[in-house]
Amino acid sequence: MMISEGDITKQRMMRLLPAVAVLSVAMFVSLLCFGAVEVTLYDLWQMISGGQPGDQTAYLIVTQVRLPMACCAFLSGMALAVAGLLLQTTFNNPLAGPSILGVSTGASLGVAIMLLLLGGGTAVGLGRYIGALAGAVAGSGVMLLLLLIFSRLVRGNAMLLIVGILLGYLASSAISILNFYATEEGVHSFVIWGLGSFSGVTTQDLCFFAPLILIAVAASFLLVKPLNALLLGADYAASMGVNLKRVRNWLLIISGVLTAVVTAFCGPIGFLGLVIPHVARLTLATSNHQRLLPATALWGGLAGLLCACISVFAGGGGILPVNAITPLLSIPIIMYVVINRNKLSYFR
Amino acid sequence: MNDPLLRLKNVALGYNANPLYTGVNLTAGEGELVSLLGANGAGKSTLLHCITGQLAPLAGRVEIAGRDIAGIPKHRLARLVSIVTTGKEMAGGLTVNELVSLGRQPHTGFFGRLSRRDREIVDEALAAVGMSEFADRMVATLSDGERQKVMIARALAQETPVMALDEPTAFLDVASRLETMQLLARLARTEGKAVIVSTHDVSSALRLSGRLWMIVDNDSRGVGGDCNREIIDGTPREMIKTDALGKLFRGRRVQFSPEAMDFIPSGYGKDL
Repeated sequence: MMISEGDITKQRMMRLLPAVAVLSVAMFVSLLCFGAVEVTLYDLWQMISGGQPGDQTAYLIVTQVRLPMACCAFLSGMALAVAGLLLQTTFNNPLAGPSILGVSTGASLGVAIMLLLLGGGTAVGLGRYIGALAGAVAGSGVMLLLLLIFSRLVRGNAMLLIVGILLGYLASSAISILNFYATEEGVHSFVIWGLGSFSGVTTQDLCFFAPLILIAVAASFLLVKPLNALLLGADYAASMGVNLKRVRNWLLIISGVLTAVVTAFCGPIGFLGLVIPHVARLTLATSNHQRLLPATALWGGLAGLLCACISVFAGGGGILPVNAITPLLSIPIIMYVVINRNKLSYFR
Repeated sequence: MNDPLLRLKNVALGYNANPLYTGVNLTAGEGELVSLLGANGAGKSTLLHCITGQLAPLAGRVEIAGRDIAGIPKHRLARLVSIVTTGKEMAGGLTVNELVSLGRQPHTGFFGRLSRRDREIVDEALAAVGMSEFADRMVATLSDGERQKVMIARALAQETPVMALDEPTAFLDVASRLETMQLLARLARTEGKAVIVSTHDVSSALRLSGRLWMIVDNDSRGVGGDCNREIIDGTPREMIKTDALGKLFRGRRVQFSPEAMDFIPSGYGKDL
């Protein structure tokens, strides 16, 4: 009997899952162990199993700094990748993504308004994040709404990307103006935030950050059926009983929240949302969201951890900005996809 | 008396209260392949959108199996009418089987899980269009003609009494065009559906469809937005006999040739 291509996807998933899992765990553990203070695997085991930590400082560094950072990296990567996939399917455009469509910049503008204009920069702790988060959600929401309107006015996928890029520039210029009139400390904290980092999140923040992202990702899994119908475009989807308005609203809300939460806590992190769904499609050879969506989430988590590892281990004591790393990793893959788009099944 | 599968009752159609045509009364019955002809911009797609519920008529009603579709929620309507378009979808990354399975969506639950019966229906749909061997191929590897057959199988799997196809043969070569029209005629007959297909392919339509709906503009230089369009309804034989086809491209430099069963340039052959 002939082996079906659907079976090949299943086989690939079965082979990939353990590999991705092992790699993720390895990177997660190395993020906990390595850095200015080295912790051995044995020490780590002691800490986890609740035994006496040999070194109190090391214990604090691992639990208060490295653990939240590693979790944050995994969750952010997952969130952005899922948001990217939802946007690509919603706009029927495989080159869409939260950063390229200006959604991240919109969220940044929201944060800038909160931090710079309304003086949220002086607030400390979780209160500051809630302000930033509210700003980010509002900013990304407005951006998605504008994109939705423009997607009806302009024809063609490339045009919508250009509109997204232009809207992103508008938001950037608004941010520059805000920066110009803001206080020096405000600007400083905003610039640091804008470089992107997974390490600004404390254990306390994580209690807020993690559930939000996990709920939004779980919600996206409920939309697999209409997502698959949308692969055929809006007309076909509607003819198969998809309530376009409701489904689109949910898709935009979920991708907006995912982008906004990551942006508020870690800064506007580029490219992961655009590139990870492609990595998932290329490795699984399918556009079927039943498998593509979970794969995208996992690949996203792995990519987040990889960026964190590079930013820590290549930083030589300091921490490289994440936004210096994501383009280096992503753009070659995007180039490959764009150049080979006539050969890639999911573009046809 | 049985209601016809599809009936348009006194329908006025158009956008922004600006009717393209009014007082349209048409029916299509079980097993009937209806070809919808008309020049570019005549409003073929508009009429199809009205039949599929994508566009509400300005007046009158569209009934499927005796029920006014205006009152039917979208997810129910998806069990009554299915569509096939010219549109290039991004379905290349699905297998043929997965794509045809999408047609079962109106019948499956929240997560779209397919029952054994659903799978059987998908297999039957693929068999009906002669694409069973392609079930496990990626859609991207198909030719345009094969792909359109699969899209038709998807509509079949939807198990709707009415199928509306908007220029499904537009980008196909002559062979695929004829094959597709033949397939549609056969499916209408064997599956007992009313199949409405808009097309520019006059000769295939005349040869293979049981009925023609022809949108003609009685005054192509009409002033003041008066609506002078009408839809002529008849069998291909009647249309040829009454020379109704001559009205299809009024004022253009073409004429209908009954021998060729197609349009030819005006005065063609005189100079030879």
